[in-house]
Amino acid sequence: MRGNGDVRIGVYVCHCGSNIAATVDVEAVTRYAEELPNVALAREYKYMCSDPGQELIRKDIDENKLNRVIVAACSPLLHEHTFRHATEAAGLNAYYFQMVNIREHCSWVHDDRERATTKAKDLIRAATMRIVHHEALEPRKVAIRPEVLVVGGGVAGIQAALTLAAAGKHVYLVEKDATIGGHMAKFDKTFPTLDCSMCILAPKMTAVKASKNITLWTCSDVTRVEGYVGNFKVTVRRRPRYVIEDLCVGCSRCIDECLFKEGKFPDEWNLGLSKRKPVYIPFPQAVPPVALIDPAACIQLKTVKCKMTFVEACGERKAIDFDQKAEEKVIEVGAIIVATGFRAYDPTPLNRYGYGRLKDVYTALEVERLLNASGPTGGNLVRRSDNAKPKSVAILHCVGSRDENAHIYCSRVCCMYSLKLAHLIKEKTGAEVFNCYIDIRAFGKGYEEFYRRLMSEGVQFIRGKGAEVTDVAEELRERGKLVVSVEDTLLSRIRRIPVDMVVLAQALEAGADAAEVRRMFNISCSADGFFLEKHPKLAPVNTVADGVFLAGCCQGAKDIPDTVAQAGAAAGEALALIDAQFMMMEPNTASVTEDLCSGCRTCLPLCPYQAITRDEQKNKAVINEVLCKGCGTCVASCPSAAISQKLFTDAQIFSEIQGVMMHE
Amino acid sequence: MSEPKILAFFCNWCTYTAADLAGTSRMKYAANVRVVRMMCSGRLDPQFVLQAFKEGADGVLIGGCHPNDCHYIEGNYKALRRMTLLKRMMESMGIEKARVRLEWISASEGLKLQEVVNEMTEQLKKLPPMSRMEPTQVAHP
Repeated sequence: MRGNGDVRIGVYVCHCGSNIAATVDVEAVTRYAEELPNVALAREYKYMCSDPGQELIRKDIDENKLNRVIVAACSPLLHEHTFRHATEAAGLNAYYFQMVNIREHCSWVHDDRERATTKAKDLIRAATMRIVHHEALEPRKVAIRPEVLVVGGGVAGIQAALTLAAAGKHVYLVEKDATIGGHMAKFDKTFPTLDCSMCILAPKMTAVKASKNITLWTCSDVTRVEGYVGNFKVTVRRRPRYVIEDLCVGCSRCIDECLFKEGKFPDEWNLGLSKRKPVYIPFPQAVPPVALIDPAACIQLKTVKCKMTFVEACGERKAIDFDQKAEEKVIEVGAIIVATGFRAYDPTPLNRYGYGRLKDVYTALEVERLLNASGPTGGNLVRRSDNAKPKSVAILHCVGSRDENAHIYCSRVCCMYSLKLAHLIKEKTGAEVFNCYIDIRAFGKGYEEFYRRLMSEGVQFIRGKGAEVTDVAEELRERGKLVVSVEDTLLSRIRRIPVDMVVLAQALEAGADAAEVRRMFNISCSADGFFLEKHPKLAPVNTVADGVFLAGCCQGAKDIPDTVAQAGAAAGEALALIDAQFMMMEPNTASVTEDLCSGCRTCLPLCPYQAITRDEQKNKAVINEVLCKGCGTCVASCPSAAISQKLFTDAQIFSEIQGVMMHE
Repeated sequence: MSEPKILAFFCNWCTYTAADLAGTSRMKYAANVRVVRMMCSGRLDPQFVLQAFKEGADGVLIGGCHPNDCHYIEGNYKALRRMTLLKRMMESMGIEKARVRLEWISASEGLKLQEVVNEMTEQLKKLPPMSRMEPTQVAHP
């Protein structure tokens, strides 16, 4: 049957090269579609998404007077907009288009050509029946707020914030710690250039502080995210630091005059390797360069019995404020960049390496601090047990990475930071350094060259994963030493290497609060726990939540160059979004047919956006289309079928069900 | 033995995307399933399920986001609530409860999608095929 009445459908079946055509008999499907009711014509084409493919649609609308278009190709999540544009370009309303997914949902997941072909026919038939009920719609134009929220003040968040600020956009940078800087601020040097980490980061940190376009909130957490792309409403909780940020100049006099003459509490900045006072500045280059008071340690805050010498030291500035309370700030932003970083893997559960049990077993991050001039030992690498310089050090690679007992993924940076640590240890102590590795993954620019340099410097490389670290000596030379057991797979024998210090090249893993953060921003995690990007190759900084972008290690383990590049990309995406000022929203909102509404109020409490109210005089439900997000819950609940959702009307869905199940 | 037919209603944000992921990852599963896309599992009107059975579906699979993960905050809970009543109705109509299944499948769980579809196909093979009722007109509201 051809061109029945008013409806004239054009069906286009895509080969997608051989992606579809290899499993689905495209020709048979096209011939089948041709014969379906209301179908005016059906064509097959190698690549429908190509310009000539789209041109086919435009030409047929024009010449063959099509008023409905169906493309059977890949997922609508990929190319729906492409074909809507093509439909519109020929003067037809874009919503007279329907996409059928015969690639991701058919040719790629089935082997049996006959059954895959039948399925493709079923899906197309359903679309031809659905599309009869389509109507002309107009997308909703919504204003976009020009501000951006960046969550996390590590190098990724800093870079993203600076890029947006440079473009003249206002950025809220929210950091949970008392200073920005993140993990990068803890590193001593960076591979492979051996730049001093803080030296290259600090200028960016101060630029954040100096920028008029950046509102920096440290000691702060995002507690609530409402709204949607272009119009997010975000609640930020600012914890008290008991020091007024605007009044404190970071002179540290209060720290000097604190009742505690020496540090007594574990210094987070040095991973607990040193002690700090209750009042402290995290590190000399902290931004903001402002003191804070630890309420769990401060005598005044705990017992009100402090002699207050440190308050006197502050003098006329009066920057110390014991009455400071947590405050909630509500901000409105158009886009959000999540840059919440990673957590360094805690190797304690891997008991065989002895971390936490054997004193001179360290994590790599601890060694970064020990090597650093601003670290707990002023840059002297000495052992916890006897304060002596180690004469031999073993670095065990892949601790927590590439390990079925921890994380199966490769953390990407450990090989390189282990090489860097090997170099620094050798340089500072002259110790003999052993690297026990599975493979050396020196993938980046200048990385392989750095590996070669290390080999020429006399660092020892043993191909084999460290099996155990023990202090039980079997031979005389092992007495008083830590012994690393490793199978040297190049020599095919087990070796026992006595050393003075062991460094565990710990994995990078998803943040401790990743699950919470994920829920708050309505984004997904991949199986490894890191946040999931929208497309691994083509949308690496986007997420399934429109307007929420990812930067840095929260998306997956990566090095500093990649982090900075990704942060720039996320800022670019956010900029492209907010700079448009307006955006078009899918017109999939719900509306009430007054004549059918009985005023029963069933729908009212179901709406998650409070978009439904009741007109008291008429005794009818009213939907505010601006607030409606198009979930369709009210539609499904209405006992009188008085609510309808555009693009997903009952008639459309029932026809699709009937069409897909129908026998030939 | 005839192949059972499964009609699936997947939400746009989680399960439909998971099915796309299964596709891009070339995870093979039974060709018995046909997917109808909706924005949210909360859009699922129990009538859709009954209509599917009426049209000859042997099973209906509903896929939504995991609890707490719904793109629309809580549409998946609403789908869950409707399922309870629906199953009781189905029982009174003589339709086995096993023919309808609600699963939370997130965008990253292509593997779970594959497993669920294959498992459901095998389970339905053990049930007699739904006798197809008289062809009906589409029930317009």
